[in-house]
Amino acid sequence: MGLAKRIIPCLDVTNGRVVKGVNFVELRDTGDPVEIARRYDEQGADELTFLDITASSDDRDLILHIIEDVAAQIFIPLTVGGGVRQVADVRRLLNAGADKVGINTAAVLNPQLVADAADHYGAQCIVVAIDAKQVHHQHNPPRWEVFTHGGRKATGIDAIEWAKKMQTLGAGELLLTSMDRDGTRNGFDLALTRAISDAVDIPVIASGGVGNLDHLVDGILQGHADAVLAASIFHYGEYTVQQAKQYMAQHDIEVRQ
Amino acid sequence: MTDIAIVDYGMGNLRSVLKALEHAAPTASIVVTSDPSIVHQAKRVIVPGQGAMPNCMRELDARGLHQVVLEAAANKPFLGICIGLQMLFEESEEGHVSCLNILPGKVVHFPIEAMTTTDGQKLKVPHMGWNQVHQTMAHPLWEGIADNTRFYFVHSYHVETSHLKSIAASSNYPFPFTCAVAQDNIFAVQFHPEKSHASGLRLLSNFAQWTPNFKN
Repeated sequence: MGLAKRIIPCLDVTNGRVVKGVNFVELRDTGDPVEIARRYDEQGADELTFLDITASSDDRDLILHIIEDVAAQIFIPLTVGGGVRQVADVRRLLNAGADKVGINTAAVLNPQLVADAADHYGAQCIVVAIDAKQVHHQHNPPRWEVFTHGGRKATGIDAIEWAKKMQTLGAGELLLTSMDRDGTRNGFDLALTRAISDAVDIPVIASGGVGNLDHLVDGILQGHADAVLAASIFHYGEYTVQQAKQYMAQHDIEVRQ
Repeated sequence: MTDIAIVDYGMGNLRSVLKALEHAAPTASIVVTSDPSIVHQAKRVIVPGQGAMPNCMRELDARGLHQVVLEAAANKPFLGICIGLQMLFEESEEGHVSCLNILPGKVVHFPIEAMTTTDGQKLKVPHMGWNQVHQTMAHPLWEGIADNTRFYFVHSYHVETSHLKSIAASSNYPFPFTCAVAQDNIFAVQFHPEKSHASGLRLLSNFAQWTPNFKN
């Protein structure tokens, strides 16, 4: 027995509320972040990830209050991503109670930010989020490239090379999202997940595409992920985190129960 | 008078330690402080910490906290967390710095080349997530916590000590390593009780009530 594979529910936050409807039987559509975080915590979530999808920077500070409220009551690790542009943003989120901070677009615009943040606060709290998509350029074999701005902008950067570079700069973990699969409920891009996970020594969280519990199992066993992140299967109450863990345990995956 | 002082030397997320303690010990007066005189007067002291060891030791010195932390480790209930465990030893491979030298042993990096399981799976570094903690001694801080309970870890370095009688727990990744030590009034853990759910809160509450047997 050793380290457990992690299950991480992801909460999309905007204007201080969790979006994506939540239809737990007794809760009926509450968007209160603390209440939702507590529910996942009770179900045995290993960590929680909050993604700030706020379009306007005016509302950005609301996430700090959410993190403060959640961190005062929920005693498992919290990761916050979205809108992190400078080391000062990392500090503000950590001070509010985040344990790890996700850096995505800003890492592409300024890779030194990852090094500076890891230097100041330690690699353990710097999660580099990679949005990758398969591209087919003429006469070349298909490959995965890094996209930014929520998957809208191509960068031309090879995702595997980028993952290795982020590890070298000091990332403590990678949150890997397949743009091809995100929202499809067809499962993770297993080839992508495995290629990245095998290429680096730091933990990789697989994200994007989970539609059922087999997908979580595949992400670990075939994708070689260290943790699996999912939103909708938990948000819509189709499965509890506990059910997901039981299912993974039945497939000989070590989980915290 | 302060019941518990959480030593602030500018590293890591002290707020999570404070919040978890407020929850675990609701009647205690708890402060996060970098003031040596407050640490000196507190009944109990916690040294948490995350980040790189050279920065931690430098900040401890720069803030005039080195001496008062040594003093606390000598004479009052003392809890070290993560870097707060590692700094009790002689030296760390991380930046090759001398530490507090209270316990014999050193802090070393997980050997990347040896990080595979018996069935060939690669293990990642940092060691990040929930691992089982095997208690190797009976101790008041383990009260109410079952052997092999999982706690949350996040670290790339671990303690190596030959001082077997101070080892309070071990964990496997992929080999057994020391993840808790206890000696007299000192208890220190590699994992993060403040992030380890109910079992972590229990450990913190045990610490808040602990009356150690001091050596004479």
